Amino acid sequence: MPAPLDTAEKITQYAHPDRLVSTDWLAQHLGQAGIVVVESDEDVLLYETGHIPGAVKIDWHTDLNDPDTRDYIDGKGFAQLLGSKGIGRDTTIVVYGDKNNWWAAYAAWVFTLFGHEDVRLLDGGRGKWIAEGREVTTDVPAPEAVEYPVVERDDVTIRAFKEDVLAHIGNGPLVDIRSPQEYTGERLHIPDYPEEGVLRGGHIPTARNVPWATAVAEDGTYKSREQLEAIYQEGGLGLATDDEVVTYCRIGERSSHTWFALTYLLGFDKVRNYDGSWTEWGNAVRVPIVKGEEAGEAPASLN
Amino acid sequence: MSPPSDASSNLPATLAEIREDFLALPERERLQLLLEFANELPDLPERYASAPGMLERIEECQSPVRAFAEVDGDGVVHFFATAPAEAPTTRGFASILAQGLSGLTAQEVLDVPDDFPMSIGLTRAVSPLRIGGMNGMLTRAKRQVREQVAARS
Repeated sequence: MPAPLDTAEKITQYAHPDRLVSTDWLAQHLGQAGIVVVESDEDVLLYETGHIPGAVKIDWHTDLNDPDTRDYIDGKGFAQLLGSKGIGRDTTIVVYGDKNNWWAAYAAWVFTLFGHEDVRLLDGGRGKWIAEGREVTTDVPAPEAVEYPVVERDDVTIRAFKEDVLAHIGNGPLVDIRSPQEYTGERLHIPDYPEEGVLRGGHIPTARNVPWATAVAEDGTYKSREQLEAIYQEGGLGLATDDEVVTYCRIGERSSHTWFALTYLLGFDKVRNYDGSWTEWGNAVRVPIVKGEEAGEAPASLN
Repeated sequence: MSPPSDASSNLPATLAEIREDFLALPERERLQLLLEFANELPDLPERYASAPGMLERIEECQSPVRAFAEVDGDGVVHFFATAPAEAPTTRGFASILAQGLSGLTAQEVLDVPDDFPMSIGLTRAVSPLRIGGMNGMLTRAKRQVREQVAARS
């Protein structure tokens, strides 16, 4: 039995209003049976400093990644993880996190790879909850483990690999959601500060640059449907909801935020996130890149 | 998992002790110790609070961190850092270096093995990518010490 939907006007405007909840909604429904709140942050210690009461922590790096292969955990690992957090297959999961939900959206994307039906994002994330002076606690819940079925991960529908992106160039839109400096190739890294170590700067040929934050209002929530349409659809990037779109960034976390907006807020059917993103593409052998502000053409060698 | 052999040598007592404290704990509990370090990070001294030269802002994914290693008139190093409350991991790393490097001689700081951050048992609990932030701070601290020593000779 899924939790009731948030009927706030802003949220009902979106294509899939069952995917987003406001802080008001969460405050009202906190602690209800069938809902588990998950915090997923960039900073692995942030949850320990205080979190929404009852929320469990799932860390993208240490919980969702396979330690031995550069990939996500498998169906068995996922079942074990979610079950241990008291999440069943029919649980309503509300995910929130720091940095306007970058990692929360990333976690939601991974949950969706396993087809978890009811995953919602908390609009505005951790920042908004705290800015509103709502309750936080350092008490860590000890949920009773529940049975979660072993489900095979679907790596086709919303996930793109390097080979998929190579085949996609020239055949469909690519959205690069990094900063303009990363897109042009001007910036690779900050002096003396190791990032994810990329050999070349630039972007995937034909990719257009719409930094992820373009979708975010000042309070960290998603912009209204109308505003998002003006950014990504007619009058903006010009995408159509039946376009096959691939999003990417540097490791796939910020582009999950855009994947979420296109898919659930605007109703695009076929958006895939390329989680290898620039750390893979910028280092890979025999893949073309484009430097500068122009999107560039599909290289003839790919046809 | 035994620490890399390089980190065992040349490690000043304070850093060696910090490492032992981490390694003595089960992996999950190491985060709690890192949080304690985060909470212990002293405020930036007033004289550095607004110095733009030492502000090394980390764009995008990383949290803004300000850090500076100072070599005083007696050749002793002091490491100061600040990071926002929303970045406890960064604060924890900075605090480890503040406690571990402060009081050392310039040469002792330069001799700290570069892989120290990788050797304190946090790569799995925190993830190697995040440890990169601490590597960066250590690298910067060494560079700052080197520059100050060079300027005086």
